[in-house]
Amino acid sequence: MPSKRKLYQTALIALIYLLVWEAVSLLVGKELLLPSPFSTLSRLAVLLTKAETWLFSGLTLLRIMTGYAIGVISGVLLAVLTSRSQFAEALLSPLRAIVKASPVTSFILLALLWLSSDMVPLVISILMVVPMVWTATAEAILQTDIRLIEMGKMFGLTRWQIVKKIFVPSVLPQFLAACTTSLGFAWKSGVAAEIIALPKQSIGYMLYQSKLRIETTDLFAWTLMIVALSMLLEWLLVRGMRRIRHDA
Amino acid sequence: MMHDVISLKNVTKTFGGHAVLNNFSAEIPLCGVTVFRGASGAGKTTLFRLLMGLEKPDSGEICGLEDKKPAVVFQEDRLLPWSTALENAATGSDESRAREALVRLGLGDNLCQLPRELSGGMNRRVAIARALAYGGDVLFLDEPFTGLDEENKKIAADAMREANIPILVITHDDAEADLFGAFCEIRID
Repeated sequence: MPSKRKLYQTALIALIYLLVWEAVSLLVGKELLLPSPFSTLSRLAVLLTKAETWLFSGLTLLRIMTGYAIGVISGVLLAVLTSRSQFAEALLSPLRAIVKASPVTSFILLALLWLSSDMVPLVISILMVVPMVWTATAEAILQTDIRLIEMGKMFGLTRWQIVKKIFVPSVLPQFLAACTTSLGFAWKSGVAAEIIALPKQSIGYMLYQSKLRIETTDLFAWTLMIVALSMLLEWLLVRGMRRIRHDA
Repeated sequence: MMHDVISLKNVTKTFGGHAVLNNFSAEIPLCGVTVFRGASGAGKTTLFRLLMGLEKPDSGEICGLEDKKPAVVFQEDRLLPWSTALENAATGSDESRAREALVRLGLGDNLCQLPRELSGGMNRRVAIARALAYGGDVLFLDEPFTGLDEENKKIAADAMREANIPILVITHDDAEADLFGAFCEIRID
């Protein structure tokens, strides 16, 4: 449980940001350009009473988190493969380099040519997550202390026991750090893909509609929704990771 | 009474063009304590690695250990940083044997501590407990008493002797060799 002091501190920081936002909004003086925190939060409160807000947010979450999960699993599998086989590393590393270096919008536009709009955010999330998890996990596998593996063999550990007792705890910190970092990237890129691909039931679609109708308050309210969901996801992930580290 | 021996015939091992062991031959008794001596870099640890099967000789023959299960105290502790003293000592064996070995070595109050929470000497004793709990047929000790005070050296040496299996030990220190009582000596130069 966070201490009272920490709660007060968080509340104070939030208040400072709101005051700065309010001050800048008053200075600009046009809700169309910069809505005030009050109007944005009011609009968000209205949106939250609508069933479609929850449905669209849920579907956006589902698309991106499915992509994220597939990305993490694929990243780990690729890391195991490329850390064990130099040929696999030589064969696959150019693909990793291309994905890392290319702008995400190129992939979104390409994916739009080949896939339905619903699938684009999912695939983009996968593409964002795979190289990060792959690189970090492969490096961690290669950095595992060879002397510990040798010790395990000398003391009769099976291959599976060596993986469980030596490789997994050794790789876990870097893997979990990559999972946290890539979650933010998957989320941002996934929503960006929705804004371009416009799947009908999505946060990205609502964001685009707000922009099209010049409803700046809606744009801000949906952006706030995206930020809140992202923070919630990260909080859940960090809590889950603490448990995994504790159990490992 | 006849004892088994480990026989090394013309064993050569080279690393990066440098012969660490060159046509080395010896007969090592598989009973009691055998102490290996030699200057630093003479190839004692390499010889141990060859005997334990961690390296293959470039040429020559090693016989006598084919069906033997080695228990090892490496030159470094090689403890799992994320595992407690008890879990480390139980590597390859079970917790009751590990607990017994740790208590014997005076670590009964430190079973749940991680290596980073223990002193260098304590970690060394955990590594020794792991080898004792494993219950091998031959005990390989590469400078086993590093970081131990005199009292703990004696306790550890007594516990190793009580295991009643052949002991092969690398040490530079005459006093440490004497802790094992009577021993054979093999020089590697």
